[in-house]
Amino acid sequence: MLKKLLVANRGEIAVRVIRAAKDLGIRTVAVHSAADATSLHVLLADEAVNIGPPAAKKSYLNIDAIIEAAKATGCDSVHPGYGFLAENATFSDAVTAAGLVFVGPSGDAIRLMGDKVSARSAAAAAGVPVVPGSAGRVEGIEAARHILIDTGFPVMIKAAAGGGGRGIRIANNLAEFEQAFPQAEAEALAAFGDGGLYMEKVIGKARHIEVQVLADGKNAIHCYERECSLQRRRQKVWEEAPSRALSEELREELCSSAVALAKAVGYSGAGTVEYLYDDEANRFFFIEMNTRIQVEHPVTEAITGIDLVAEMLRIAGGEPLRIRQKDVSVRGHAIEVRINAEDPSKDFAPFPGTVGDLRLPGGPGVRFDSMLYPGYQVPPFYDSLLAKLIVHAETREAAITRLVRALGELKIDGMKTTKPLFLALAADPSVQAGDVHTRWLEGWLNDNAAKLAD
Amino acid sequence: MAQILSPLPGTFYRSPSPGQPAYKNDGDSVAVGDVIGLIEVMKSFHEVKSEVAGSNIRFSADNEEPVMAGAPLADLD
Repeated sequence: MLKKLLVANRGEIAVRVIRAAKDLGIRTVAVHSAADATSLHVLLADEAVNIGPPAAKKSYLNIDAIIEAAKATGCDSVHPGYGFLAENATFSDAVTAAGLVFVGPSGDAIRLMGDKVSARSAAAAAGVPVVPGSAGRVEGIEAARHILIDTGFPVMIKAAAGGGGRGIRIANNLAEFEQAFPQAEAEALAAFGDGGLYMEKVIGKARHIEVQVLADGKNAIHCYERECSLQRRRQKVWEEAPSRALSEELREELCSSAVALAKAVGYSGAGTVEYLYDDEANRFFFIEMNTRIQVEHPVTEAITGIDLVAEMLRIAGGEPLRIRQKDVSVRGHAIEVRINAEDPSKDFAPFPGTVGDLRLPGGPGVRFDSMLYPGYQVPPFYDSLLAKLIVHAETREAAITRLVRALGELKIDGMKTTKPLFLALAADPSVQAGDVHTRWLEGWLNDNAAKLAD
Repeated sequence: MAQILSPLPGTFYRSPSPGQPAYKNDGDSVAVGDVIGLIEVMKSFHEVKSEVAGSNIRFSADNEEPVMAGAPLADLD
């Protein structure tokens, strides 16, 4: 078992990790920037170390300062949380090289899954369905025509050297494709000095469904799926488990594929295999694997009763995976909503400020993970996530009712939050019916912005 | 003599992205509406547009400096 853990993060996830460590009798060290000296994670940890100025790259992304703090305080391990250095292979390697335990997978596993092409190959090799398309670069239009047999239309043509949405064309039929492919090649060469292209099937209306896995390097299990189709600008805002879109057979198939991938790559720790699920075709496709604990992990904890962060710490401490697949079962339905310091009536403008009166929801089936306390000054330098409200009930309908009840109890004076968004979503017939896809929320926001004022 | 103040709390940047030239250099003239920098607030970027005109801008805030709302960013003649 680990004895003393440095938590290389801030905000609600640092608080979450410190709580799990304390529950296991592990001593905790918080690190913080100069802007976070009064943050809750600093107040809750046994010790705290200031690792630099407010800018994240000078503090929470400063690998040398974090490792130095771990050594100076006599830690034997480091938990990266999510974001910041959580999926940085160099950090995992550096922690290990310093003689400390990294609570997560090896640098090699992070690298393998962090690269789109190698992750796709690893998934395909493990028998996990990937989005139909080219296995790597497409060499010439002849080879490209051959790939169309797998992808069909519409098909996406992407510059291999592109990124952030640049260098992408979509062809809806063969005539468009014959025109677009040479254009894309010429454009990629001009823009990036590299005419290499990839091709991928365009999946129109899809749900985002992901599978939680736990592994110890030898064995792997899944803790069922989460659905996170309600997204704004590719950021999840509402997550739930289980997904109501899957049949039992498909759920079994999906979850088994995630375990197969985790085993195939010798994965260790908690991870999430993400998929797009095409409702109409009843097919799922691998997108990526996240090699860390995720923001929305509490919905899985609610329906399975497993403390995922505690299991991560046990595995990192050298214990073999102690939960068997047949012992993991689902009870009821859970929903998490992200309470962000943003004004939903003003296009989600960030709203840092000082917490005034604070009333937290409670009672049966309600969990509130946050770093808030009255008088806390939310710094403007980091993510806008303030809190996660998680509700659990026997059915999805009852969970939505409970969500509305809990949101009604929540009061955060001093700043604007995304609470009005969730009250409006909970009242929406499509959300109530679970009839949504990954682009649904952006369309809904265009029509319903007026409902989002306080 | 006029001052340009930060409209928001956050991190001040002198140029649109790393490696690019600064929006304004010390000594430049500034018209009303000119962008003189960016403020990053909770991972979103907001342009700082000058509400005053003047010459010979002199920055008092450094690139990547954390600033409070209302903090002086630059002086103008």
